[in-house]
Amino acid sequence: MSIELTVNGRTVIVAAADDTPLLDVLRNHLDLKGSRYGCGLEQCGSCMVLIDGKAEYSCAREVASVAGKRVETVESLAAHPLRQAFLDEQAGQCGYCLSGILMSAKALLDSNKNPSRADIVTALDRHLCRCGAHPRILRAVEKAAAALREGARS
Amino acid sequence: MSETLPLSIINNRRMSKWVRFQSDRTVRLSVGKVEIGQGVLTALTQIAAEELDVAIDRFAIVSGDTRDAPDEGSTSSSQSIEMSGRSVRLVTAELRARIIDRLARRLNCSPSDIAVDDGAFLLDDEPTGHDYWNFAGDPDFADDITGTARPKDPAAYKIVGQPVPRKDLEAKVSGAAFIHDIARPGMLHARTLRQPARGAKLTSLDEAAVRRAARGNFRVVCVGDFVAFVGDDETVVQRAAVAAPAHARWDNVRQLTPSQQEAAWYATQPSDDRFVGDPVPEAIAGEVVTATYSRPFVAHAAMAPSCGLAEYRDGHLQVWSHTQGVYPLRNTLADILGLSREQVTVRHAHGAGCYGHNGADDAAFDAAVIAMQLPGHCIRVQWRREEEFGFEPVGTAHMTRIKAVLDAAGKPIDWTCEVWAGSHVQRPVYGGNMLTHEALPTPPPAPKPNDPPEAAGGGGTRNGTPLYDFPAKRIIHHLALATPVRTSSLRGLGALPNVFALECFVDELAEKAGVDPVAWRLSHLSDPRARWLIENVTDRCDWASRGAGGDGKGLGIAWARYKNKAAYAAVAVEVEVDQEVHVRRAWIAADAGLVINPDGAANQLEGGLIHAVSMTLKEQVKLDGDGITSLDWETYPILKFSEVPEISTVIIHAPNEPTLGMGECTFGPTAAAIGNAVKHALGVRIRDMPLTRERIAAAIMG
Repeated sequence: MSIELTVNGRTVIVAAADDTPLLDVLRNHLDLKGSRYGCGLEQCGSCMVLIDGKAEYSCAREVASVAGKRVETVESLAAHPLRQAFLDEQAGQCGYCLSGILMSAKALLDSNKNPSRADIVTALDRHLCRCGAHPRILRAVEKAAAALREGARS
Repeated sequence: MSETLPLSIINNRRMSKWVRFQSDRTVRLSVGKVEIGQGVLTALTQIAAEELDVAIDRFAIVSGDTRDAPDEGSTSSSQSIEMSGRSVRLVTAELRARIIDRLARRLNCSPSDIAVDDGAFLLDDEPTGHDYWNFAGDPDFADDITGTARPKDPAAYKIVGQPVPRKDLEAKVSGAAFIHDIARPGMLHARTLRQPARGAKLTSLDEAAVRRAARGNFRVVCVGDFVAFVGDDETVVQRAAVAAPAHARWDNVRQLTPSQQEAAWYATQPSDDRFVGDPVPEAIAGEVVTATYSRPFVAHAAMAPSCGLAEYRDGHLQVWSHTQGVYPLRNTLADILGLSREQVTVRHAHGAGCYGHNGADDAAFDAAVIAMQLPGHCIRVQWRREEEFGFEPVGTAHMTRIKAVLDAAGKPIDWTCEVWAGSHVQRPVYGGNMLTHEALPTPPPAPKPNDPPEAAGGGGTRNGTPLYDFPAKRIIHHLALATPVRTSSLRGLGALPNVFALECFVDELAEKAGVDPVAWRLSHLSDPRARWLIENVTDRCDWASRGAGGDGKGLGIAWARYKNKAAYAAVAVEVEVDQEVHVRRAWIAADAGLVINPDGAANQLEGGLIHAVSMTLKEQVKLDGDGITSLDWETYPILKFSEVPEISTVIIHAPNEPTLGMGECTFGPTAAAIGNAVKHALGVRIRDMPLTRERIAAAIMG
């Protein structure tokens, strides 16, 4: 019932049933509303977070299974070039899918500094966007990758 | 002047309802239209900033709030910039003119000598020490709008026409941003057990079994055949709602069959028959050509299941909703719940893109019904994914049959578009019902079949009349008296199925005549704006090198003017067809007159195209048993990142033409361009959407 995990660099202890969805813990116990409920079925990607650096669905993930692990949510990206790149490209319409997409993009850029368009498409293919902002989202991830490379050189 | 004023102003005449200058040197702009992912609030702010000459950063926008934002009906039908934008322009131009007149009298100069720099007034380029905020308390603000001021010349625009970024996106890429994220003190979470359909009676609910599954505390709220599980732990009420259907017994549940999920089913049903256009000739000599096209029922399929919050306290009901229309929702809530309109406040909060009338209003009503049972608590209703797919109103199936009579040269001399469809709009103001109202002890009568009038663009008839130069055209519209599931407005209403039919049929006529499809269109089309777009797209997609086809690769083209009076779009697509259709590249050319925000416009045009690709290739609501069976993203798939085409977009620069609503203009042309490209690729035509693997196999097998 008492589970310790690291969320966005902060160690937290949550009192929740072992099988409580990680998404509910993030949103309701920790007040991190950036991870979003879309289906609860691991089909749409609105709830995507990083668990030990890997993009994972949080909507059906039992919180006990992330005990002792590092969880990152979109709230952790305040200074990451991805956030600005998405704003620069106006990469969204309603924006509901974006927080999950940002996390998959973060996982990609952490492991691949120079992803091709095809790499980005593959990394985001688990995500649904209903508004049709896909081309802008792909451009934004490319732009963030370029900004990261630029930052690494300077 | 008033007869020429937009409806938004006629219904909200007072200046202060729209604009106020606030003491912190900001400008409060209030509008009735709401943000549904289309960037409308940014565009409206641009218009106000332009007319007033105030920096855009100074604006605070209030949108969709029955306490004090204007009543502008519903945010739908690509009307926001045409109507609300025109209203904001007239209001701000008049306010500016009145204040400058007043200042000119005080300074003993001519109003034309006064300029405005970020809200400060200059005389001969020198500061006057006066600004808009000095006049904030003046009686001008209480006056009625006359609409007599002359807005700026578009040639002088500095803010309108610029790609101003959307402010609301910042929260959406950062954290809490949506209605789903609102937390109120003492808020209770709620989930529902849905009545399978109107008329069904709950005979038993094994509450103990539901409680065992939920493993926590909650209350059960029952009103008639409406049941909700309410508690302070969202996880617990979610478990209750997931378990409940297996422990509930219902009587009188209507049964559906898969045959009802096809549009052709409507042709077997009683209908209210309507007629639009030229009379049917008694006899006409010529060759008769006919073909029938269809689209099935389709879902809005918003990324977020609907959510509503409601709080009933001290005799007042406060509601938060991602509705398209706060005033219509307020009126409906008050009427059903037996409250006066003054006792109900509805405030808009952002939701996921809705693309029409989805579960938003119904979720708000659910919350209101529960809140009335539990006064003093804020109730947050979150629909589940299967609930959104299973119970939102869907876009109706729609079948279109076109019959042309050709003269000896192959030119159409008579044209009939015959439509079979259910209601395309069943908002409560159009005679539809709130979902849970049907489960209450005194349910409303069955909804009446209804569609918007022709003056509003029609519903089943939308874009059914071709804009080609044919001498006689008409629509015969069979509006079904009943639909198997609730139907209501979904992006474009009948425009997508009708443009799909019309523009595919045009290709069929061109082929029959042995004429290139583009050349055929241009030879029957005199509207210069449409011709320009078709020629533009034709050039950009390298139409000239289009081969004979039949090799699995295809290029198709189509165009339409949305509602035959809003924005124009021509679309070309390149497809590859193996077992499935892949749309690889797409070209858009659009004419929306004066474009307020070209980046937002491109986003809408391309989003509409991608939405249409998805609908044309993949989407169909499945019916069986007690209702809809396509209840998740596997059974209702939509287009994925790996399936999205490369898109090239051109928007014509026409700042002196009136703005034309463009949020839906690429939708129909995209569907038809795909239909035509698939025919080019395969050599056979598929006339029923979606163009799935099964339909391609059947077409090839002949």
